[in-house]
Amino acid sequence: MAEPAPVLRMRGIGKEFPGVKALDGVDFRLLPGEVHALMGENGAGKSTLIKVLTGVYEIDAGTIELGGRQVAFASPLAAQHAGISTVYQEVNLCTNLSVAENIFIGREPRRFGRIQWGEMRRRADELLGRLEIDIDVSAALSSYSLAIQQMVAIARAVDIDAQVLILDEPTSSLDASEVAQLFRVMRQLKEQGIAILFVSHFLDQIYEIADRMTILRNGKLVGEHLTSELSQVELVGKMIGRELAELEQLEGRPPAREGAPLVEAVDLGRTGAIEPFTLTIHEGEVVGLAGLLGSGRTEAARLLFGADHAGSGSVKIGGEQVGLRTPRAAIRNKIAFCSENRRAEGLIPELTVRENIILALQAARGWTRPIPRRKQDELVDKYITALNIRPANPDQLIRNLSGGNQQKVMLARWLILEPRLLILDEPTRGIDVGAKAEIQRLVAELSDGGMAVLFISAELEEVLRLSHKVGVLRDRRLIAEIDNDEGLTTDALTETIASGAAT
Amino acid sequence: MTTATIPGVGRVPRKYVPVLVTAVLFLVMFAAGGIRYEDFATGQIILNVFIDNAFLLVVAVGMTFVILTGGIDLSVGSVVALSTMVAATLLKHGWSPWLVILIVLLIGAVLGLGMGAIIHYFEIQPFIVTLAGMFLARGLCFTIDTESISIDNSTFVGFAQTRIDLGGEMWVSPSVLIAVAVVLVAAYILHYTRFGRNVYATGGSEQSALLMGLPVGRTKIAVYTISGFCSALGGMLLSFYMLSGYGLHAVGMELDAIAAVVIGGTLLTGGTGFLLGTVLGVLVLGLIQTIISFEGTLSSWWTRIFIGLLLFVFILLQRLFSARSRQ
Repeated sequence: MAEPAPVLRMRGIGKEFPGVKALDGVDFRLLPGEVHALMGENGAGKSTLIKVLTGVYEIDAGTIELGGRQVAFASPLAAQHAGISTVYQEVNLCTNLSVAENIFIGREPRRFGRIQWGEMRRRADELLGRLEIDIDVSAALSSYSLAIQQMVAIARAVDIDAQVLILDEPTSSLDASEVAQLFRVMRQLKEQGIAILFVSHFLDQIYEIADRMTILRNGKLVGEHLTSELSQVELVGKMIGRELAELEQLEGRPPAREGAPLVEAVDLGRTGAIEPFTLTIHEGEVVGLAGLLGSGRTEAARLLFGADHAGSGSVKIGGEQVGLRTPRAAIRNKIAFCSENRRAEGLIPELTVRENIILALQAARGWTRPIPRRKQDELVDKYITALNIRPANPDQLIRNLSGGNQQKVMLARWLILEPRLLILDEPTRGIDVGAKAEIQRLVAELSDGGMAVLFISAELEEVLRLSHKVGVLRDRRLIAEIDNDEGLTTDALTETIASGAAT
Repeated sequence: MTTATIPGVGRVPRKYVPVLVTAVLFLVMFAAGGIRYEDFATGQIILNVFIDNAFLLVVAVGMTFVILTGGIDLSVGSVVALSTMVAATLLKHGWSPWLVILIVLLIGAVLGLGMGAIIHYFEIQPFIVTLAGMFLARGLCFTIDTESISIDNSTFVGFAQTRIDLGGEMWVSPSVLIAVAVVLVAAYILHYTRFGRNVYATGGSEQSALLMGLPVGRTKIAVYTISGFCSALGGMLLSFYMLSGYGLHAVGMELDAIAAVVIGGTLLTGGTGFLLGTVLGVLVLGLIQTIISFEGTLSSWWTRIFIGLLLFVFILLQRLFSARSRQ
């Protein structure tokens, strides 16, 4: 069967930000009546491509053709008028207005300038009816679930005679039945000949709904494939950028270690964040958490630290039942958490190295008992030396330090609390190779000293090099717990992440 | 649909609840006054509230537009004062009264337009911009004259003294008719025009409104222009009522207007509220004054105390509602 002519064709798209080539010669096409998944790890250029397509950014190189005609959009509105509608992850509607209004606002049916409310409600009913959604369209949007709001956003998008519908991670906050409802709507739209560009981190969903996929890596096109012709393992290999056969076994695996169970999480879970999981961390053990972005790695860690409220399950520390309802409770139980987002959730850039290091200890002591300056200097000097923080000046402002050194300051802050469990969420992301190696070495040393570490990283090599045990997460579920012995390779891990089952 | 059950009324959509609460409050106050004082429970008492507060009603209508977008306009009281001052001065110099009214309305609208433009283009908080506008307009009054200027123009005096008979020994002033007309037009605009719906959308979520392709900037500038226009018109009604122009007229009226809007159930965060609520808010404020004057022994400052208490109650009420709707 001959392929229909593409409704959208992008050729040789290039986009450069200061110092970064976000997109480099990317070709992309969308056929009418297909669901096309755009795949790639974080930073691969997916969102840049979407933003270029919808007129948020201008392109530096290449051409965009819509329905055979070359186009250039100056704004999202212009793209919308041309028939490219986007529904974002966070629903961009006005929840204070009625459902019908949200679909039609800006295009309300009018007579002599007067809005025809009855007509508007009737048309909204009809439109949602076609998507098999039966709700009261005169009710405020805020009275409906996020899934319904998303459908309303889609209804609004398709009513603007969309030829191309872009769904940017629409499923990330939906539960299984809501996803099914969304997919039903997507299939219907597909039958009407609308081309749908779909972005999601959930591989199973991609394989369920997408007909075709385009894979990006580091701003470059890796390839376009029919979903039916590419296995999940091949896909993950292409996204991560290595053929599986090329992945070598790593040396220097940590020796197995026997320790008493320190933290035992039983059926710990939180709706919408992570399915209930059971995980035991022993003293002196490094447990790695592997999985793609959005697979629930950070969510699991946040539950253990009490940063989010667990909806179910319980935690035992040293055999005793504890309630980790707040980070303060976790800190009292000697659990420390280094956030992946060190700028937003950890460091205070306007304070000095000393103040940042001392912060958690001071908080644990309570503000009425200030730490004497001499003690502060002693502690700070010790950790500046131990972690090799440069410049070794406790009065330097944090914002003037490099990323790697900022990360070390974060570590120092938690280490002076002498935690029993240290949770490190992506501690090596965005820092240079030298600092990375130092932090890895430090993790190994700490575990030798009896501290348990929960190590989260997107880099499988790193996880394997450090961990005694690896927990694999996928689609917000802990799907496997694998001892790191001779049999485990990044190859096998990739396979597990991709296929969803331990091999 | 989100509803709330109210005894005796049944289920009503939650969005109408604050307005209903204000309406019930008004009726209760009216009934209590009727029981406590002779000659209180008459139609003319309510009409008097309208007559004495027509200017506040018009100003509060403008304020409702602004607050619905999530903004605030602190300049209204000063613009009212400036309007009375400009009108009184121009009339003293023998200008035609109709031309004077036109000029004053124009000045108010242009002041609002300017503040709206600064708020939108320079992305400055409305609080600060209109605070500056408040000082500016109040100051301008005193550059014209530091004393009160009386108005003896026959048209203005006519407006002040005409009684429009409604039958049954009830009457209103022309100002009331103007205020009611303003309310009706504004309610129509808010409910039946695209501009009106854009006002609600902007207040609901400015970011979303932008992404939906609505003219957010134009809407924001327009609501401040409307507020400026309503303040000038309110100033005209006040000069009919006072028959003078004075820089110390309408001191603190911006706060009365805000109070009326809030008591009427409009959320200060924007996006929710009705003009009918604002009308009821003005009526409640006016009725408090009436009751206190009927009481005779209480000082007029008790009005302020009651308004203060009411505001607390209503803001707490709003808090409860918004907390519940977030869940």
